[in-house]
Amino acid sequence: MSRLEVRKTYKLYIGGKFPRSESGRSYPVTGARGQFLANAALASRKDARDAVVAARAAFPGWSGATAYNRGQVLYRVAEMMEGRRAQFVDEVQAAEGGPRRVAAAEVDAAVDRWVWYAGWTDKLAQVAGAANPVAGPFFNFSLPEPTGVVAVVAPQRSSLLGLVSVLAPVVATGNTAVVLASQARPLPAVTLTEVLATSDVPGGVVNLLTGAVEEVAPWLASHGDVNAIDLAGAGLAGVDLERAAAVNLKRVRRPADPDLDWTADPGTGRLLSFVETKTVWHPVGI
Amino acid sequence: MAKLEYAPAPESRSVVSLRPSYGLFVGGEFVDPVDGGAFKTISPSTEEVLAEVAEAGPADVDRAVAAARRAYGRTWSRLSGRERGKYLFRIARIIQERARELAVLETLDNGKPIKESRDVDVPLVAAHFFYYAGWADKLGHAGFGPDPRPLGVAGQIIPWNFPLLMLAWKVAPALAAGNTVVLKPAETTPLTALLFAEICQQADLPPGVVNILTGAGPTGRALVEHPDVDKVAFTGSTEVGRLIAEAVAGSAKKVTLELGGKAANIVFADAPVDQAVEGIVRGVFFNQGHVCCAGTRLLVQESVADVVLTSLKRRLATLRLGDPLDKNTDIGAINSAVQLERIRALADVGEAEGASRWSAPCTLPDRGYWFPPTVFSGVAQTHRIAREEIFGPVLSVLTFRTPKEAVEKANNTPYGLSAGVWTEKGSRILWMAQHLRAGVVWANTFNHFDPGSPFGGYKESGYGREGGRHGLEAYLDV
Repeated sequence: MSRLEVRKTYKLYIGGKFPRSESGRSYPVTGARGQFLANAALASRKDARDAVVAARAAFPGWSGATAYNRGQVLYRVAEMMEGRRAQFVDEVQAAEGGPRRVAAAEVDAAVDRWVWYAGWTDKLAQVAGAANPVAGPFFNFSLPEPTGVVAVVAPQRSSLLGLVSVLAPVVATGNTAVVLASQARPLPAVTLTEVLATSDVPGGVVNLLTGAVEEVAPWLASHGDVNAIDLAGAGLAGVDLERAAAVNLKRVRRPADPDLDWTADPGTGRLLSFVETKTVWHPVGI
Repeated sequence: MAKLEYAPAPESRSVVSLRPSYGLFVGGEFVDPVDGGAFKTISPSTEEVLAEVAEAGPADVDRAVAAARRAYGRTWSRLSGRERGKYLFRIARIIQERARELAVLETLDNGKPIKESRDVDVPLVAAHFFYYAGWADKLGHAGFGPDPRPLGVAGQIIPWNFPLLMLAWKVAPALAAGNTVVLKPAETTPLTALLFAEICQQADLPPGVVNILTGAGPTGRALVEHPDVDKVAFTGSTEVGRLIAEAVAGSAKKVTLELGGKAANIVFADAPVDQAVEGIVRGVFFNQGHVCCAGTRLLVQESVADVVLTSLKRRLATLRLGDPLDKNTDIGAINSAVQLERIRALADVGEAEGASRWSAPCTLPDRGYWFPPTVFSGVAQTHRIAREEIFGPVLSVLTFRTPKEAVEKANNTPYGLSAGVWTEKGSRILWMAQHLRAGVVWANTFNHFDPGSPFGGYKESGYGREGGRHGLEAYLDV
């Protein structure tokens, strides 16, 4: 006798909680073969603003945590993701199509990407920081510090690996994030937030919105309390968003190539996009 | 102020299950030694025999080096950095999971207070593996070229003062960089290394990547001199370090040595006295003074010498010496009868040479090896207790007037491992740091360690650094 499955409601993730859109709206998400998968929340301007408030509130705690602590939390995300591997493979395959083997490789790479960035939390300052030999009796050093609240427009095609590849480097250095998931393929992202919620990631460090890029992204790009924006998945809308971001001189990372191979070695570029270098002078003398 | 009386609060031993005897860990399993020797390891606080441990002879060293070489060629050097890193993350996690067991075992075998093994040693061990796990796939970012290569098989010899922590300092960077290892723990503290071997098994670490040979000096010598060892890493006495430097002469072996010290802890008149006194205590009485970087020479500015000394003695009188497993214990047992004899002899020399001796009033247990926290004042630079490493809870107090004099006295030693500076003036801290010939300078703190922070000495305190990005260099062909 067959059993009727219990389906999941795919919601937003704001401040560590899972609300529906305050607008009460949703939109149907279909799979690679056109089949109905679920209704996802259609986030509004108000949801975006709530998410920024949550991210700002989480910033002092997360940026103030030791790098070692952040590294352990990110590694915990990898552990939790590995435990849900089968679920992610199902969802990525449903969203992106293709053979199961390819979806599985993408999920494995996404798990390993968290491990890669977990290892960077306490090393970036050792690689990107410096003691500067200034000409004079001064001790002078420079360190990278997180920029603040970073808005992220996730890649549209790579629903999970692309998302993790842009999100993890933002939070690894101590920023907090407001992420707009792939518009057509948002379900793996929502499941990822369930992992984040059970991985010791403090509420508000990562906030996830699902919905329309053209509706939500402009509000994030022009928001006065957002310090930087990663337009990875913004595509052609990126130009207008970059222009809007100039209002408070947000740091902007321009749209990624839509065909980018996210399995490639990520390097340190994304880590360094969302840090500020702080230099400290101190006299030396008896 | 009178010392408060505390009820005994012993940590349970039940978390540890000791086997009556242990073999050698070679090629991923415990094996009997070829040469058949064995020795006993005891608890220095009770003199109780904890277990019998195999003594590795030359044939065992051959076998272990061969296992490490095989693992290097067939598996470990072929794995991606990412996969090596994931093994190290696993090990870090198992150490965290089995933290209490490791802490209790360390305290049993070493004699150090449980609050130190539990709150300092074991957390640092896990952190060290976690830190270097993250480097395994980032070696190209470490500043040694785009694709730095490992060395091969590392022979590593560690001391008894921080048995598991020294293992972590050796094994974690070696494995992260892609080497395989043969490690010899100290003969008086082999047990946590053998438990670490079990952890490697639980992590499914490929056989032969980590090999552990228990034994004494001759085992270490055979390992150092083995022709198929590419790298020698040693932590221990300057005397043995010199022998190793001689032994590797003319070979292609890369060597790092972390040796003795006679650190100056310099207190200026403007330093907050209570804070400085806590730092002095932490600097020299942490781990019974069995610390190579211990601040064993207190250099205090003349104008505050009396105040600091009075306050220090008052503080020392409140330290609790006794059962290392008791959670309130501050000072545990001296690690061995041999070490106790060495401390006693040097302390007697201190008295004979004219320094004045004061020991904290505490009752020493009847069994085991104990030495009370002791302070010598009126010490001259020529006194042996101001020149030689005592490696016990003994502090020598000297005075100075100017910063320059402090630097001269601090540097007046063949050692150069660490130093401490206590002052409220930031520029003076940095000036002192610039002029002190020491590998680590602590300002307004002492004896702090972190996996991200390089550690190692100038002069006869050895060469090479462990910890941090710099610690990778010791295990890379650069």
